[in-house]
Amino acid sequence: MNPTLQTFLIISAALFCIGLLAALSRRHAIFVLIGIELMLAAANLNFIAFWRFNAKPQPPTGVIVAIFAIAIAAAESAVGLALIIAVYRHYRTTNVDQLDQLKG
Amino acid sequence: MRESADQVFVNIKQLLLSWLAHAPDFVIQVASALINIAGLLIVFLTLFAAMSVLERKILGRIQNRYGPNRVGPFGLLQPAADGIKMLIKEDIVPARADKVVHFCAPILIAATAILTLGVIPYGRNMTPLSIDGGILFFFAIGSTTELGVFMAGWGSNNKFSMLGAMRAIAQMVSYELPLLITVLPVVMIVGSLSADAIVRAQAGYHFAVIPRWFVTTPWGAVAFILFFISGLVESNRTPFDVPEGESEIVAGHMTEYSGFKYANFFLAEYFGMFAVSGLAVTLFLGGWHAPVAILQFVPSYLWFFSKLGVLLFIFIWLRGTLPRTRVDQVMNFAWKFMLPMAFTCLIAAAIWHYAGRGISGFLWSLAFIALVYLALSRFLDTRRKFAPRTYRFAE
Amino acid sequence: MNTAALVLITIMTLASALAAATLQKLMHAALSLVVAFIGIAAFYFLLGAEFVGLVQVFVYVGAVAVLIVFTILLTRRESTPERFNWSSVLVALAVFAGLLWAILRTGSLSLTAPQLEALTVKRIGQVLMTDYVWSLQCVGLVLTVALLGALILAMEERG
Repeated sequence: MNPTLQTFLIISAALFCIGLLAALSRRHAIFVLIGIELMLAAANLNFIAFWRFNAKPQPPTGVIVAIFAIAIAAAESAVGLALIIAVYRHYRTTNVDQLDQLKG
Repeated sequence: MRESADQVFVNIKQLLLSWLAHAPDFVIQVASALINIAGLLIVFLTLFAAMSVLERKILGRIQNRYGPNRVGPFGLLQPAADGIKMLIKEDIVPARADKVVHFCAPILIAATAILTLGVIPYGRNMTPLSIDGGILFFFAIGSTTELGVFMAGWGSNNKFSMLGAMRAIAQMVSYELPLLITVLPVVMIVGSLSADAIVRAQAGYHFAVIPRWFVTTPWGAVAFILFFISGLVESNRTPFDVPEGESEIVAGHMTEYSGFKYANFFLAEYFGMFAVSGLAVTLFLGGWHAPVAILQFVPSYLWFFSKLGVLLFIFIWLRGTLPRTRVDQVMNFAWKFMLPMAFTCLIAAAIWHYAGRGISGFLWSLAFIALVYLALSRFLDTRRKFAPRTYRFAE
Repeated sequence: MNTAALVLITIMTLASALAAATLQKLMHAALSLVVAFIGIAAFYFLLGAEFVGLVQVFVYVGAVAVLIVFTILLTRRESTPERFNWSSVLVALAVFAGLLWAILRTGSLSLTAPQLEALTVKRIGQVLMTDYVWSLQCVGLVLTVALLGALILAMEERG
């Protein structure tokens, strides 16, 4: 039995929901970031799967979008982690529930 | 005759696989991969054993002493004795250590070091893992080493381990940039990320004498030197062994390891050294091509391994000659000198390409590199930053 | 495509992703995230996108994971055990059920993979430098700005 496109979509849906779980259930900012990274990876997996199962694989748009998404995700996590460090320095906490003041 | 000597290992592999001719496809694939892995491990474990004793012998000679000469003839069985000693030592895990992470770190480091060896072409038709993005594979797997070092440092729960791991990661991240960027000109000129294509592009001879290796072009020579220095840092060798400086932080991230786990780190360090040297040979020194046209009858793998041997000797030589650098010197050197010079190589390679890859291209790229080098040495104010410290003991 | 490989990779990826989401110790979660990323790269290899798989390992394992680990070290202070938030599990399960329903309802998705000539790095480079050259420049700009922004944010304020 060969895996169909559905198989990959279900896998990536599961991955997305695990990421969602991490982003919603945890209070530590880094866990939220981990969840977002997992969701992005799931979306990427979808792009590659749709490219692979397309009858017309040229030009490889899905692959290109995935490469761009990886680059943007790297930038996002760099800025996000820098923000976490800056916030930690200011409030001495990384718990996202306690960061409820607009005023420093 | 000449052909068969060159292809003897390829033929042996074909012979072994021919017993499986009627097996399904994936069995043949797995068997072929297993044969490759076995060959790789046998060759490099032997080289590791030879290297560990030769290094101590050569270091001994440099320092005016004999080196190991008790076990076996000329001390050549020293690696066996060392191995037995490592195996029967007690395996100590600190009580406050994170057991899982502490256990996984040496495995991860050794595994990645072995994996990187897979994409290097050791001879004609002798690339264990011949994929389209071979060079990218090398660096993708190589960058995992940092994580292994970190796991070792953090898992041990020891301040020396942590400090050593921090130092190691800082300098590895800093030197990964020049390492990658010095590879770029070669990739750009060849137009491929595949190691086989890069070696193929270096076949032939200028004026039937000078080999067409990239090290014979100005940008290639500079890139080779920069690559070698970065490789020295990546494999944590003297003079850049800051992360494990014995006199400062015990043994860095390996402080809390003993017995066979420590041997794993040792093995990973040497395998990393082999991998970086092998990649340098592939990228700049013409891979398995002969240096002189009339010597082409010598089997290709012999050329590869003799070039590898020369580079490994330079590793040992530098270790015996140079003192350890300071942490800030290492960092300054990476960001202020190595990185600009690496970019210069990239531009010089482009100039060389567009000036027709001939004599005029040679001269133009040489002039550009010399200009940037002189400008850097003028503006970096080396006298203040890199000069020896002055000590004032008593006025 | 090899079904056995697919099953193994799926189990590895989903298990380590779940570990990354639920483990109590932050460092363990970060390290299992690395395993999940390697699993996703394996998916890309399985789907014939070698280059993306290698880039995934290079960027996520070599750069993002090291960044996360460094941030964990720089912000380690409180370790109050969190109590688990069951409502988020419900939300995640509901979203998964919705997605599953949508995927299974769409009949046109149950196709098998067509034959595919290998996608070479050269081809990707050509496409990047012709059709997508402006997007490429924009990504370069975004990365530069992100680099500077991260540097400014994380730098110690001197004053």
